[in-house]
Amino acid sequence: MNNLHTRFHLTLKTFSLALDLHLPATGISAIFGVSGCGKTTFLRCIAGLEKAAQGYCAIGNTVWQDSSRHLFLSAHQREVGYVFQESCLFPHLSVKQNLHYGLRRSSKHPNANVLAPIIELLGIEHLLDRMPAKLSGGEKQRVAIARALAVIPRVLLMDEPLAALDLARRQEILPYLARLPHELQIPIVYVTHSPQEVTQLADYLVVLEAGQLKAAGRLEETLTNLESPLAVSRQASSIIQAHVSGHEAHYHLTLASFSGGVLSLPYQQQRTVGTPLRLRIYARDVSLSLQKPQQTSILNILHATIAGMIHDGEGRTMVRLRLGDSALLAHISYKSACELGLQVGMAVFAQIKATAIL
Amino acid sequence: MFTPSDWSAIGLTLKLATLTTLILLVLGTPLAWHLARTRAWWKAPLSAIVALPIVLPPTVIGFYLLVALGPKGVIGQWMLSLGLDTLPFTFSGLVVASVFYSLPFVVQPIQNAFESLDQRLLEAASTLRAHPLDVFFSVALPLARSGLLTATILGFAHTIGEFGVVLMIGGNIPDKTRVVSVQIYDHVEAMEYAQAHQLAALMLVFSFTILFMMYLINSRSHFMQKS
Repeated sequence: MNNLHTRFHLTLKTFSLALDLHLPATGISAIFGVSGCGKTTFLRCIAGLEKAAQGYCAIGNTVWQDSSRHLFLSAHQREVGYVFQESCLFPHLSVKQNLHYGLRRSSKHPNANVLAPIIELLGIEHLLDRMPAKLSGGEKQRVAIARALAVIPRVLLMDEPLAALDLARRQEILPYLARLPHELQIPIVYVTHSPQEVTQLADYLVVLEAGQLKAAGRLEETLTNLESPLAVSRQASSIIQAHVSGHEAHYHLTLASFSGGVLSLPYQQQRTVGTPLRLRIYARDVSLSLQKPQQTSILNILHATIAGMIHDGEGRTMVRLRLGDSALLAHISYKSACELGLQVGMAVFAQIKATAIL
Repeated sequence: MFTPSDWSAIGLTLKLATLTTLILLVLGTPLAWHLARTRAWWKAPLSAIVALPIVLPPTVIGFYLLVALGPKGVIGQWMLSLGLDTLPFTFSGLVVASVFYSLPFVVQPIQNAFESLDQRLLEAASTLRAHPLDVFFSVALPLARSGLLTATILGFAHTIGEFGVVLMIGGNIPDKTRVVSVQIYDHVEAMEYAQAHQLAALMLVFSFTILFMMYLINSRSHFMQKS
């Protein structure tokens, strides 16, 4: 198994990090927080780059660090793949040599068979003979990910791999990142300050604030956790994991089912019945009603239960809804919440104005 | 146009400068690496000692080396007790003195190059399973190559140009310690201005040429990194 168990304590000049975290063995775990909250430091602790960090770090049964036993493996002894924010390719080596750098050092019998699928996965075949200075930002980052994978790591650590790129380059890389968890049976720890990247990529979400754990859990749950700063921000959204359950071709609609009901989506002709869908619904696009609205143009109206509520003191109320196994956030006005007499446990109807397929 | 003793001085000078530069690259590179990366209390005093030859008159260095290496000096006594000859007024003594004399000209350019290395590249190498010595040879050294080139040229040129230290520690022994700078001095003393002129011009042209090449190569490599 590749479960990651980390417990770190580290005091730096600007803040102190104190974390005890278990991360799942597969999929992308996003570490989210504002700049300076300690998320990069946390990643560096896992990699063994922060020598002053005290605590414990183990993957499966392999212990990399246990300060109580004075055990500390250096970075080069830990089986990690690390992707830096600014690719950090070796400028004096070609792309191919960059890939071979780690490969040669991580296995006694390096062979090209290891590299071929990685090169294919990241689409960098045509770049192999180039020097890093001749690559675009997006290409550099793809090579950097390939280089980190070439050492056959037991955990892939990514430090804001998209932050240094412009929007177009991000869109270029995102599909490659989204494919990683399907191709790799290892945990991917992904540090980011972008809610967009969290909703698009993560399976598991950890929210940090000032070096402390604020919330952690499955993406769908943590995203809608009213304790988390993500849930109260203006960009707050929920993720629903659904699958295509049918098409209404004459209306140009596709039906997506999940445990909380069925949603109508813009026509997805190319997606066959059964295809999984990751749907994002912004909290501001959800409104609530006590009775099932009649004669409305809104298609998606689902039965829900209020699971939690907080008021922000500035006229807004954040409501967490439960729909089957899924959770949905609604941002409504404080006045509406008062007039409808909303309370935790009440049954309501959620009207969803827009749904995006990620 | 050069007399046989001129040729001998030229040969001796090149031999001295080559040996000194090689020794300095081997000793100075780890020293520069240490100075570039340590945060220990001895960084400042050690840097100051390395830089001393820049400001001290060569005669001062020569004098103390002469005292230390001579038959009554600490090192001289120790060498005698091992059954070795003392170093003053030998070619080996000249090499030892030159190593001290040219130390900062080799260490400082390398140290600057190491200090301006992107720290994250070294960290990236360690996450790619390279142990610290491996990181040094596979990433730090290749990326510091322009610093190493500058150090080689400055160390070589500075050793060729030394005079005071040579006179103090090496004296003026033909074929053993009489280098070009001393030979020029002898010609002038003997009123042989034409011969002094030839050697002096040779030194001037040589020094200009290698410094010019150094700046040319360094500005080219900067240009290539930018493009």
